[in-house]
Amino acid sequence: MKRIGIDVGGTNTDAVLLADGKVVEGVKTATTADVTGGIVAAFEALKAVTDFGSGIDALMIGTTHFVNAVVQRRHLTKVAAIRVALPATAALPPFTGWPADLAELANGGVWQIEGGHDYDGRRFMPLEVSTARAIARQIRERGLKYVVVTAMFSPLDASDEEAIAAILREEIPGVSVTCSHLLGGIGLLERENAAILNASLIALAEETIRGFEAAKRKIGLSALLFVTQNDGTVAEASRAAAFPVYSFASGPTNSMRGAAYLSGIEEAIVVDVGGTTADFGHLRQGFPREANAVVHVGGVRTLFRMPDLISIGLGGGSRVDLANTTIGPGSVGYRLKEQALVFGGDTLTMTDIGVAAGLIDIGDRKRVAGLRAGDVDAVLQRAKEMIEENVDRVKADAGDVTLMAVGGGAFLVPESLQGVACVKRVDHGGCANAVGAAIAQVSGEVDQVFQGSTRNEAIAVARKLADGRAIEAGAGPETLIMVEAEDTPIAYLPGNAMRVRVKVVGDIKSKTPAETLSG
Amino acid sequence: MPFMRQLSSEDIEALAVGAWILGTGGGGSPYHALLNLRRLYADGSRVDMIDIDDLHDDDAVAVVSVMGAPLVILERLVDSRLIARAVSAMEEHLGRKFKAVMAVEIGGGNGMQPLLAAAHLGIPVVDADAMGRAYPEAQMTSFAVGNLSPCPLTSIDPRGNEVVISQSATWKWMERVSRKVCTEFGSIAATCKAPRTGAEVKKWGIPRTTTKAINLGYAVNEANRRHADPIAAILKAESGRRLFTGKVVEVERRTTEGFLRGRTVIEGLGDDRASRIEIDFQNEWVVVWRDGRPMVSTPDLICVLDSESGEAIGTETIRYGQRTTVIALSAAEVFLTPRGLDHVGPRAFGYDLDFNSVFQS
Repeated sequence: MKRIGIDVGGTNTDAVLLADGKVVEGVKTATTADVTGGIVAAFEALKAVTDFGSGIDALMIGTTHFVNAVVQRRHLTKVAAIRVALPATAALPPFTGWPADLAELANGGVWQIEGGHDYDGRRFMPLEVSTARAIARQIRERGLKYVVVTAMFSPLDASDEEAIAAILREEIPGVSVTCSHLLGGIGLLERENAAILNASLIALAEETIRGFEAAKRKIGLSALLFVTQNDGTVAEASRAAAFPVYSFASGPTNSMRGAAYLSGIEEAIVVDVGGTTADFGHLRQGFPREANAVVHVGGVRTLFRMPDLISIGLGGGSRVDLANTTIGPGSVGYRLKEQALVFGGDTLTMTDIGVAAGLIDIGDRKRVAGLRAGDVDAVLQRAKEMIEENVDRVKADAGDVTLMAVGGGAFLVPESLQGVACVKRVDHGGCANAVGAAIAQVSGEVDQVFQGSTRNEAIAVARKLADGRAIEAGAGPETLIMVEAEDTPIAYLPGNAMRVRVKVVGDIKSKTPAETLSG
Repeated sequence: MPFMRQLSSEDIEALAVGAWILGTGGGGSPYHALLNLRRLYADGSRVDMIDIDDLHDDDAVAVVSVMGAPLVILERLVDSRLIARAVSAMEEHLGRKFKAVMAVEIGGGNGMQPLLAAAHLGIPVVDADAMGRAYPEAQMTSFAVGNLSPCPLTSIDPRGNEVVISQSATWKWMERVSRKVCTEFGSIAATCKAPRTGAEVKKWGIPRTTTKAINLGYAVNEANRRHADPIAAILKAESGRRLFTGKVVEVERRTTEGFLRGRTVIEGLGDDRASRIEIDFQNEWVVVWRDGRPMVSTPDLICVLDSESGEAIGTETIRYGQRTTVIALSAAEVFLTPRGLDHVGPRAFGYDLDFNSVFQS
């Protein structure tokens, strides 16, 4: 089994070759404006240092392209939003609470009809099928191709969203429908927002994935193409193109997954120290713990699978103020090699502090010889405190933890920290994100309210549903394991209501021998 | 002509922040109500606020709230027209018009509901409520302490179902019956509680709590804008007391009889290092324990705030690792009387404790 993992970051594109579960080689190349070109370059660089031998089974690519599009307000498509919840929710129609400039770009029209369900599975109102058909024709007449359907309590009962999606497909040739239940849990506005962002990015996602496919062909691979997701799993390219929001936070997640894989440690806190920031996350059973709350993307409140991360301004390129013993949040970023003292620049950065303290040996050490040892120690002490505080913040319970330090700035993480039992570092830690992409599995998830059943019964039902979703996404049924099972009691509902969240993951289903021959 | 203060857009943003703090951990998030109000204001509506002293004795005042499960609100959202409809239905039942509308509880989303009704009905909101915070049940109101009638009550769902409870034996029966209706509606209902006269509101209402919430919100928003300590600003605005600063190290939740109950442990930081407190909750924060002894209990307001932003933290959303500052704000006078304590003192929540206000020591 051979896989190639490629992580297309803001500054660097990393690539690794993984064979039979081992990292054979990893390379770092500069990211290019042209996605295809950058991937091809990274692949060529990898090929130059290692022999691939026989066929590659899978190519996994991680990208920050889609979230950047939202943040930068670029490449967004207009979306028609259908809400199925009348006569409730009319006061807060789709796009409520959006930043005006983003709504302007994405709002292709809003329609609201009766239908939906209650939390206990009862129907809220009968579905207005004939109205839905009339709406579909209006959408077709307006020439809109991307439609979002959001029904009340659809995470509990998706039938209304599915019924309307079917009508839309009948009435509008080539329509792309995003159903909100596939994108989030309870919380209608936030789930709808996520679905709208998703739909507005599909055109870009399809184009990007076509670029990935083109790169794959150019380098002569026939392997299946997968794209990495926020939760540390991958989706087949066609599925990823339909769900771009699931790739929003895949970068730090890939790093964490890679760190877990390289070290063999599945329960730990991971800190990925880059040039500008240090990202802290909590690994649980080898996966990043997910945020249980609303996440803002480009100013929009959303609720979908995202890792629970804390990002602080501490990295190799962080500017240092000796007078006040403060670090960052400013950074010299990608200009480290021009601006840091050890590279001949005139800005004191954490890299300079690291060189002065003998933690890392790069650049010209003599250029930092003038720094006073007391000052260097004070700054490192400040960095230590920042790391300690944020390690503590991402912990799920009290007690000492294992801390894994990855990324180019990992030298800033001291060996001994309060609240940390031991600090682990790994080979290939600099390419942890590409490794995380290469090893990624497929997942299935369920987030639903149960009543009148015991915790174990509810989790068993949820598990079965999640298994089905993972298999549908490309997982081998025999490889599925449950990685998360969470139940939360709910106030003011009868019947000991609880919200149950279950996630399973499995390996990508092996290809048939015929498919693995070429490549 | 009584003096009316027209609430500005900034007042409304501040109210949402302050009402959440006065929610003392519960009361539901004000977010949806705020979105409703922003829309109404964008469409040109404005809400006037009237002081409690400017009510005439025979004015009819509508008392409103949304009742039900916060989880259901996340899907059904809040609709300003529904709360207005609860008031209109009561007018139809009574055969007379209301002069003003007020909140049953200023804490959380319910602190904003009267503004939604007022915007549609074209009548002012009264600067008052009947809890001065949030409490889980109807008999925990100042009106119940005053032994005023719990009836009638209108309960409305968006599908066009409307129930009038014209009579109930006690406040507790009112709570039970209206809770059943609410469950049937899908565990959420807009309600107009027993109408009050101006005289009743002046005697038993808790005055100026909307202003209090707005002031708290301004204190937090302005401190954050100036990068100053928002908690110090809150304490200054309301002469509250800082009780404890620390980090959440444990949260335990369970539901019993429809309430969210549980306990959280906060470990001290800074001056409180090497010490810890435990806080029991029943939808809202009820008792704070330090070294096994009660440190503060209801009816004193227990507010758990994010140490950095000053934003309130709810019992449903508190979790491990949060940096929090626990403060106390003083309760309304009406709850400090022996009768008031019967309704909302520690014993009303099942604790065999005498109430000792932190503001008496």
